[in-house]
Amino acid sequence: MELSGGHILVQCLKDEGVEFVFGYPGGSVLHIYDAIFHQDEVKHILVRHEQAAAHAADAYARATGKPGVVLVTSGPGATNAVTGIATAYMDSIPMVIISGQVPSPVIGSDAFQEVDTVGITRPCVKHNFLVKDVNDLAETMKKAFYVATTGRPGPVLVDVPKDMTDPNIKVPYKYPKKISMRSYNPVVSGHKGQIKRAVDMLLTAQRPMIYSGGGVILGEAHKELTELTQLLGYPITNTLMGLGGYPATDKQFVGMLGMHGTYEANMAMHESDVILAVGARFDDRVTGKLAEFCPYAKIIHIDVDPASISKTVKVDVPIVGEVKPVLEQMIELIKDSKTKPSKSALESWWQLIGSWRDVHCLDYDRTSSVIKPQYVVEQLYQVTGGEAFVTSDVGQHQMYAAQYYHFDKPRRWINSGGLGTMGFGLPAAIGVKLAFPEANVACITGEASIQMCIQELSTALQYNAPVKIINLNNRYMGMVRQWQEFSYQSRYSQSYMDTIPDFVKLAEAYGHVGMLIEKPEDVRGALEEAFALKDRTVFLDFITDRTENVYPMIEAGKGHHDMKLRVAPGTPVDRELS
Amino acid sequence: MRHIISILIENESGALSRVAGLFSARGYNIESLTVAPTEDSSLSRMTLVTSGSDEIIEQITKQLNKLIDVVKLIDLAESAHIERELMLVKIKTSHDTREEVKRMVDIFRGKIIDVTANSYVVEMTGQSSKLDAFIHGFEEGSIIEVVRSGPTGISRGEKGLHL
Repeated sequence: MELSGGHILVQCLKDEGVEFVFGYPGGSVLHIYDAIFHQDEVKHILVRHEQAAAHAADAYARATGKPGVVLVTSGPGATNAVTGIATAYMDSIPMVIISGQVPSPVIGSDAFQEVDTVGITRPCVKHNFLVKDVNDLAETMKKAFYVATTGRPGPVLVDVPKDMTDPNIKVPYKYPKKISMRSYNPVVSGHKGQIKRAVDMLLTAQRPMIYSGGGVILGEAHKELTELTQLLGYPITNTLMGLGGYPATDKQFVGMLGMHGTYEANMAMHESDVILAVGARFDDRVTGKLAEFCPYAKIIHIDVDPASISKTVKVDVPIVGEVKPVLEQMIELIKDSKTKPSKSALESWWQLIGSWRDVHCLDYDRTSSVIKPQYVVEQLYQVTGGEAFVTSDVGQHQMYAAQYYHFDKPRRWINSGGLGTMGFGLPAAIGVKLAFPEANVACITGEASIQMCIQELSTALQYNAPVKIINLNNRYMGMVRQWQEFSYQSRYSQSYMDTIPDFVKLAEAYGHVGMLIEKPEDVRGALEEAFALKDRTVFLDFITDRTENVYPMIEAGKGHHDMKLRVAPGTPVDRELS
Repeated sequence: MRHIISILIENESGALSRVAGLFSARGYNIESLTVAPTEDSSLSRMTLVTSGSDEIIEQITKQLNKLIDVVKLIDLAESAHIERELMLVKIKTSHDTREEVKRMVDIFRGKIIDVTANSYVVEMTGQSSKLDAFIHGFEEGSIIEVVRSGPTGISRGEKGLHL
């Protein structure tokens, strides 16, 4: 079969089983768009800004486990996508980005809409390619999907000069079934001896902790993690990226850890003697002050990326390998082992954890006459039966979502954890809704974040992707304001806007339903009404408490045991508990 | 501590900038970097001299290995190895100093490869410290120009860095 480059690209996507391409046309990709016009197997989703194309494809990948695909033009098309690519890179999301490039003879001449896309994206992709020969196109695409989805996943960009897709140049097409690269061989199975050492260490622990991250979700290892945890009876905490990797409503789950983690999770990490880290990378938001991180613990770390091991925290038993097969082996060894976890030690450990739980660190003022943001998330959890896909933007609302929506399943919590990209939530919700048209999809956001990609309301209408936008509107960039309150004596520099749009009218202008909710007693009803409108996008503008803060909080440069807690409802003060 | 990392890397455009970009993005220092194709034209051999604590060197080698274009690498400093650097130096000469310069070149087993009425160009190979010593043997102002390749290295014994 002889095809032109444009048709080859589209055919490659079909052969990869790609369902959606998120993109925006422009000069350098017109041949590709013409090839898209001639078929309807691969559906193109036209966004309103290339950043949103990357976020939507990224969220599609997070929710389904399949790679997201993005198509943008050269120059501004590619640079607009960079924020979305970097977002996917930081959270290790499999994604393939096809970017147009000016024709190869004019590369380097500062041609119209030319940028060095390969150069600009190099630090925020797993790998990238510049196609120099149309005969290499199919193989390059295969490599891109292979690299993006194996090992530690990540975005891979293929930069395609316009002459590579010239409709007049046709070459034989064959999509490789398999590909091997001499320079890329990700490790799959862990070292047996190390796994044995890890199991021995775990079984003799007195105050064990399991700390799991996004790697469990990406590696489809939630079942194995759950089995291992319940087999041992040990407490488990998840990172922000790992939520849903272990059922949040289970009694062994002590909540999220880190800067806004629960008191019990952070204290348990601090006092633990053996920590099993699974697919987590000891991010600074998790560890707090490194010198005070888990001072009494021996650490076992399972990760598919050797560079993640001992990067910031020196570990005692490193295991390089995919988390799923490693956990399977650990489960076998634990079952076969004569050593069993010490019942008495575990009992007193759980008692201690129980005393930390009694602090009720997530309590807030439920009698308030203004809407508390936490209350909205709690009500959302109840109205959706805990089954919704929840996307978020970045800030206080993101933390409330992580703390108060209890994820029992993986791939339901979709947020920009590593890069912290405001504007992620709405396009992400659209990407998820397209993948799961029957599911409830909620975007928890704030009035600042939502305005960073608000134009995607238009995309939601065009592709009939009805999502529910839960806008926690406190008329502040809440997290910035919180830091300014704590660290800058409440000098609220530029953390509020004088003019905030009428979101109800804005939603209506885009063809959606808008609701304004100002009283706590109206929250539940509004949510029920919104979710009953199955085929409409609904923008719920909740006017929330302006000065509410996210607690607990480990301030920058402090250790896990040094948390700021809420004492009396609404009165933030430090409390000595360590 | 000083480390010499020897890398086999795909001979692709952009491969060098991936390595250089990694060092600048992660704040690692590069003392020198040499690169040229090998007997297999699809591969380049890169020799990179860097320094840092054991933890930093471990991260550097892991991060380099993570680059898709990197096929293999070794840290030469971990075992017995040979290290050589090429230097070309242009030295001011006069009737009075010519003999003295020539003696110095002989002592260091260099070669004079270009001569004018007022200058020599000297070629010299050796360990970097030897080249340093040669340069320090001259008075300030007598050296017109110094060009150094940066060290390259190879391990001793039968084993080699190849596919």
